[in-house]
Amino acid sequence: MPGNLVTSEFLVNVDHERCRRCKRCILNCGFGVFDFQNMTTADSSKCVACHRCVVFCPEEAITITRNPLAFREHSSWDVDKRKAIWKQAQNPGMILTGMGNDLPWLNVFDHLLIDACQVTNPSIDPLREPMELRTFLGRKPDSLKVERSNGEFKLDTKVGNNIKLDIPIIFSGMSYGSVSLNTHRALAIAAEELGTVMNTGEGGLHRELYPYRDHIIVQCASGRFGVHSEYLNAGVAVEIKVGQGAKPGIGGHLPGEKIGREVSSTRMIPQGTDALSPAPHHDIYSIEDLRQLIYALKEATGYKPVSVKIATVHNVAAIASGIARAGADIIYLDGFRGGTGAAPAVIRDHVGIPLEIALAVVDQQLRSEGIRNWVSIIAAGGIRSAADVAKAIALGADAVGIGTAALIAMGCRLCQKCYTGNCSWGIATQKPELTGRLDPDWGAERLINLVNSWSLELKEVLGALGVNAVESLRGNRERLRALGLDQSTMDILDVKPAGR
Amino acid sequence: MSKLAFGDQYRTWKVDTEKVPAACGLSGVISEDGNRMSGDIIIESMRVIHDRGNGLGGGFAGYGIYPGDADKYAMHIMFEDAAGKAACEAMLEDELEVASSEEIPTAPSDAIVNPPLLWRYFVLPRGEKVKASGLADDDFMVRLVMRINTTVPGTFVFSSGKNMGVFKAVGFAEDVGEFYRLAEYDAWTWIGHGRFPTNTPGWWGGAHPFNILDWAVVHNGEISSYGINKRYLEMFGYECALLTDTEVMAYLFDLLIRKHELPLEVACKVIAAPFWKDIDVDKDAAEKELYESIRMVYSSALVNGPFAVIVGYSGGMFGLNDRIKLRPLVAATKDDRLYVSSEESAIRQICPKPEKIWAPNAGQPVIGQLKGDV
Repeated sequence: MPGNLVTSEFLVNVDHERCRRCKRCILNCGFGVFDFQNMTTADSSKCVACHRCVVFCPEEAITITRNPLAFREHSSWDVDKRKAIWKQAQNPGMILTGMGNDLPWLNVFDHLLIDACQVTNPSIDPLREPMELRTFLGRKPDSLKVERSNGEFKLDTKVGNNIKLDIPIIFSGMSYGSVSLNTHRALAIAAEELGTVMNTGEGGLHRELYPYRDHIIVQCASGRFGVHSEYLNAGVAVEIKVGQGAKPGIGGHLPGEKIGREVSSTRMIPQGTDALSPAPHHDIYSIEDLRQLIYALKEATGYKPVSVKIATVHNVAAIASGIARAGADIIYLDGFRGGTGAAPAVIRDHVGIPLEIALAVVDQQLRSEGIRNWVSIIAAGGIRSAADVAKAIALGADAVGIGTAALIAMGCRLCQKCYTGNCSWGIATQKPELTGRLDPDWGAERLINLVNSWSLELKEVLGALGVNAVESLRGNRERLRALGLDQSTMDILDVKPAGR
Repeated sequence: MSKLAFGDQYRTWKVDTEKVPAACGLSGVISEDGNRMSGDIIIESMRVIHDRGNGLGGGFAGYGIYPGDADKYAMHIMFEDAAGKAACEAMLEDELEVASSEEIPTAPSDAIVNPPLLWRYFVLPRGEKVKASGLADDDFMVRLVMRINTTVPGTFVFSSGKNMGVFKAVGFAEDVGEFYRLAEYDAWTWIGHGRFPTNTPGWWGGAHPFNILDWAVVHNGEISSYGINKRYLEMFGYECALLTDTEVMAYLFDLLIRKHELPLEVACKVIAAPFWKDIDVDKDAAEKELYESIRMVYSSALVNGPFAVIVGYSGGMFGLNDRIKLRPLVAATKDDRLYVSSEESAIRQICPKPEKIWAPNAGQPVIGQLKGDV
């Protein structure tokens, strides 16, 4: 009987007339597709379409195509479903995947349109006039007390610790372990240069990156990997990771093969052991437990802002309100398109709700309770462009987090095989022969270029809207219109249809 | 000019209207010594800038006009019909001691058509009702005004302050002033407005000034940040029923100055916030912290987009431009008077030889303060 019923997704073709037999493809492929027997051969069944070989082939001799193999069409049994069954029938277990939800669910961002000024109010040219993106993350008082004395004004209210960002874009948490140290290095260098922050993810922070402490949010997740008092103070804020958009309700699993010496010492676990983060925090079984951890972390850090990261699930508004009342300073909403290094496909693709909707209801809930100033909202999980940034801010986000977009900037092709540890681009891997491929300075430069480009675009949008500060777009749903959304979704988003 | 009857205007506004952009002409004058001036002065000033309005709204506010009832809230209310009036009066009787009421005197003219019923009531909140509400008198009145304006059909409270009154209508400003016989009122502060709305029929209630308690705001501009300013105010119980920029401005001043007790100049720095580039280079550390705190805490109250406003309140009058001065505003002084207007001509019409006349800088308020008790 045949061992494998799953046919190749892609076909790799080497043009032997062009091929100079330089073997770069063999060296570059992290998945072992290529071999050399008198000439270059390719095992298409291993190809994930990460394009590393294509980009590095000096002769453009390699082409990768989708396997045109015909299947009898069936609108219910699409090919991916059939393949999943063949895989599970052969090897019992969950189907693993990487990056964010890839199913064609309705993308709300793509059904929102942004306003602009004409005649009755002037648009503003961001190349000629100041256009302000500065953003503060953290708790703010509801009002200020200002006394007048001898013609001077005296401020009697102290605004607590906030994180000052030059731009409303931060780098989302991606753990050292799931991604390489060079990836962390690139993110840290870029965050510093851009005047923003990176988030460590749940794997601790390599000591080499402590000098970037003014641009780092350290994460404390259910596994407590790498959490110690020095680490907690190695950033501007601490984030309690309750959930992740790609895998709400479940923990993480970093296989032992990824736990080498450096990851081991950073995470404070033995080399070669699997790093399993429990599904819940075992000291947080209710909201009052969360409050205790929030305040324990504040005590440990001299009252730096504490962020709580949750996946956007059905009841997200009430949960967010509880988090705000539990003392959090930042709520990090990770939408169901958020990325991951590894998740069961059944969870990634079917659990949670879209960021856009969660963001709208959380912002509104906090407003209707009059506690919106208590917390900042970071929206992440599905931010793909400056347009998404603008729309997320208009829906109510103080800032957005980007993870997948940052990795794509550094070469990631979204092959979704992060969990294999074979990343040919040196990002989601710990193999020394692969991690060396990502030069942190090169990566940082590309991140800086990307975020600066989005900042320019965001400024252009603000100028077209006739405002010169990002806070005038924040929560300003009046400047959005929906095209092709149903009435109840528009009601939930608090956005009118185009034309009204 | 709108030919719709008041009730139709009202329904059109309430049902079909989204946020209404408008451009306008403004003028205001205050005697800081508290010398009262007849309403003629503001009508004459507004007449010169007739072309800045289009006949779809004009209005005025005068301060010090009801010296005999200065301790009571003067509610000016427009009704579509007797039924609305009866429903509203029942609500007033329930919540308030109504000391006196009368029809607001008008001089009917061809220039002002389809007027609603216009009445004024001098009232005080009933003690037991205020006590039960747990609110201060002013907040009690704010809540009542919001309730009437959002729940009683065809009824609109357009003035609710003490010893002041708003007079407004669909028409050109000077015609509105004559319709309300403003020459017969004496005030130490007058502000006036001619409206040029760009996409709706005019509506009596939608003319300026907008008022809540003793705040009266006339406004030229379109607030590009309207959506967030409105949602910010809703957190504090303000309902922006009229969907106009100017209403937002009035409530913001009420919130910042009356409820948060910010000094007027500081409230202006919230609404027309200084730029970070200027805050960053401020050498005075305390001032820097003040402005940084303002921008952090009140980011949703920053009013962005082109505006010039003149605001009347019990303590005086001030003019303010947006942070990059996208709408005209001119100020002048002579003797005890401060003049603020969209155009120099409107000032020179009533003060041909001012001692000083200037264009205030972006975001810098021009404040005329009433001296002592008047």
